[in-house]
Amino acid sequence: MKPNKKKEVLLKIRNLKIEGYTDETWVPIIKGVDLTLHRGEVMGLIGESGAGKSTIGAAAMGYARDGTRITEDSSIEFDGMELTTATEGERRALRGARIAYVAQSAAASFNPAHKIIDQHTEAPLHYRLKKRMEAQEDAIDLYNRLRLPNPEEIGFRYPHQVSGGQLQRAMTAMAMSCRPDLIIFDEPTTALDVTTQIEVLAAIRDIVDQFDTAALYITHDLAVVAQMADTIKVLLKGEEVEEAPTKQMLDNPQEDYTKSLWAVRSFESPQRSREGRECLISVKNVDAAYSAGPKILDDVSFDIYEGMTVAVVGESGSGKSTTARVITGLLPPQKGEVLFKGEPFPADYRDRNKEQLRQCQMIYQMADTALNPKVKISEIIGRPAKFYSGLSGAALKNRVDELLDLIELEPSQYYNRYPPELSGGQKQRIGIARALAAEPSFIVCDEVTSALDQLVAEGILRLLDRLQDEFNLAYMFITHDLATVRSIADEVVVMQNGQVVEQGPKGEMFTPPHHPYTDLLLSSVPEMDPEWLTTLLEERGLENIGEAASDNIDPDAKKVMPSDV
Amino acid sequence: MGDILGLVAKRLGLGLVILLVISVIIFFMVELLPGDIAEAVLGQGATEENVRNLREQMGLNDPALVRYFDWLKGAVMLDFGRSIVTQETVMSVIGERFRNTLFLATYAAVIAVPFAIVLGVIVALLRNSVFDRVANVLTLTSISSPEFFLGYILILYFSVKWSMFPAIASLSDGMSFLDLLERTFLPALTLVLVVTAHMMRMTRAAIINLLASPYIEMAKLKGTPPWKVIVRHALPNAWAPIINVVALNLAYLITGVVLVEVVFVYPGIGQALVDAVSKRDFPVVQACCLIFAATFILLNLAADVGAILTNPRLRHPK
Repeated sequence: MKPNKKKEVLLKIRNLKIEGYTDETWVPIIKGVDLTLHRGEVMGLIGESGAGKSTIGAAAMGYARDGTRITEDSSIEFDGMELTTATEGERRALRGARIAYVAQSAAASFNPAHKIIDQHTEAPLHYRLKKRMEAQEDAIDLYNRLRLPNPEEIGFRYPHQVSGGQLQRAMTAMAMSCRPDLIIFDEPTTALDVTTQIEVLAAIRDIVDQFDTAALYITHDLAVVAQMADTIKVLLKGEEVEEAPTKQMLDNPQEDYTKSLWAVRSFESPQRSREGRECLISVKNVDAAYSAGPKILDDVSFDIYEGMTVAVVGESGSGKSTTARVITGLLPPQKGEVLFKGEPFPADYRDRNKEQLRQCQMIYQMADTALNPKVKISEIIGRPAKFYSGLSGAALKNRVDELLDLIELEPSQYYNRYPPELSGGQKQRIGIARALAAEPSFIVCDEVTSALDQLVAEGILRLLDRLQDEFNLAYMFITHDLATVRSIADEVVVMQNGQVVEQGPKGEMFTPPHHPYTDLLLSSVPEMDPEWLTTLLEERGLENIGEAASDNIDPDAKKVMPSDV
Repeated sequence: MGDILGLVAKRLGLGLVILLVISVIIFFMVELLPGDIAEAVLGQGATEENVRNLREQMGLNDPALVRYFDWLKGAVMLDFGRSIVTQETVMSVIGERFRNTLFLATYAAVIAVPFAIVLGVIVALLRNSVFDRVANVLTLTSISSPEFFLGYILILYFSVKWSMFPAIASLSDGMSFLDLLERTFLPALTLVLVVTAHMMRMTRAAIINLLASPYIEMAKLKGTPPWKVIVRHALPNAWAPIINVVALNLAYLITGVVLVEVVFVYPGIGQALVDAVSKRDFPVVQACCLIFAATFILLNLAADVGAILTNPRLRHPK
């Protein structure tokens, strides 16, 4: 994207092999990757989880995470210095000073015990590049350039007092504190909402450009990398698939694997309509709050019809999951009620009888933590079958087998296994089987595909769609990913700050006019076009992106055509 | 800050309630002990009438509940009645001794707490090294040996063989502070050896527990040297469990040192309690138990408050 780049090589990785220690043997994670990065160049590393992107990123700093090692025949040359043979002290002297790192979750990667600015100035003070006051002034200058609100003051807060998008920018500022030659960005926007993502992307791109810093940008999101990188390298299971300049890679990928990544999500379930269906769940004017805290839900109303999927979308904190908790009875509402087939549902799950409880089941985002790792699959699925249907002995075993068949896992193979032995997608399938075991009419799917790779996620969506037709299930599908909404939803509810701002059939929601907030969400989803971010910033202006943009929107605003915003 | 004051007030209130419950338990447990106080006091030759008079005089004929409230009323004002054996006030029997115990506990704590935490940080830094293993084995050995055994070993070397410190920690009036420190050095050292292991191992575990955190990796990737990663990035987040173990050990230093007192003939409250139990001096027993309970509650309260104060989320709310 930038012309006349100095073609001086900064980072040269040759035949990089990294091994990880599992089950008492060393198994290869990275199987001989080459990488050449020039000064001021931004390279995108993309691939699914397990491709080894982050491991390569750390290795570029001469760093091997605990339980991994870089093999001896690898070569990592940074600005003429061979890192694999350098002493630990020499390698450490590069980190923070000449190579910096920006982690995925800024909230977890800032130390909760220290002020942001003290963490920022740690490296410059350690390397004696600046005095404390100078370093602080420089930090404030960087906060300013990264367009953080109150740049004078924000650094003097603790990490938990600052929002996720702001922390991510503060972390980018911290990486810049010693003006490094190279920054490793490790999925810096993956944990953020689409609306917040834009401002972080814009800030990162800007500052890298201003200081002509080289960067490795690690992500699984193609559309994001298209905005950020000059060249893209695609990785699969520790090996390189191909590398090419961004434009060329997007227009003309060579390898089949790359093409499969590039293909727009192919699955789209036909949109169902309410006609001839019964209203199953009806949320009526619900207000809710946690203990004495502020109101989380404000007059929320919508209906879910049998056999249909209602997608609830909105940024984090918009009240999506809280609504699900009200429906399932985990959080009794302060006002309003939930109707099931027209009859009021007891507000507290403790007051619901077995028949009422069985109707609403949940599938969670993190299958990892939602399944007890010490309990066998057969028991995880068998327990609800036993509890709700009173099955036991051979009948119970048959039911578990039947459920495993339904989720396309071979019963004889999985019956006696434990959750940690399964892959992420398989665990999520077990979560689905557990929900099905109760024979519900309604399932809450809380971000069930967000933690999964695209292809695996698609498999889960197809499965959910098939089961829906087979058992006439209604889904409440909570997600922040609009692509998922496109593929599976029948109706959409858009929430902002605990209020429903717009609802209707999917077709209508994706065609203008939109509510301004819906429009903001839709237009914030990155597109494959490398010029997308530039164009969007020009249209919206720098002051009207991210948190500022959603704060500016009045929930009661009239619908608009996209060009009006 | 207002939140924290409220929290402390709440904990303090809860502590008082617990203390009240304990006072009930102590009073009625002593009540349940077999034998009659008046008979015990007067001995076997006492006539029926003498016993009856004494019971009257001591108020032993009142209902238990009345006696409990009388006792409680006194206890609130630190008046625990009179010793049955010596007829002195209970406070004059144990007040001095409690101060001695506090002194010895403080002496041991001032050495042991910093020592254990510094050692814990060092073994966390050098984890799995030879030093780590040696430190672990040594501290575990010292905690596994009976205190009186440790005490006698120290006496054998430090007083008998090398004549460095006195074997008997008797106190006299008008001793200078330095003399006092020298006299009580061996019992203090014995206690240090007993309590160091717990605190050191908890410091080590609490720090190592945090080393997998993303912010620790971030610190390493900023080029922070290992010792600074531990001291600046891990330790400030590890205080809560460490403080709790420290508080438990401090409580032990006050309430559990009777063996050490016996070995070094130190006039502490532990010995007083043992004497009182064997002589059925119930007012003294009750007073000692209540003081011990209050010590535990206060130290745990202090630990809770300390843990809260080291948590930046609570110290600096949004």
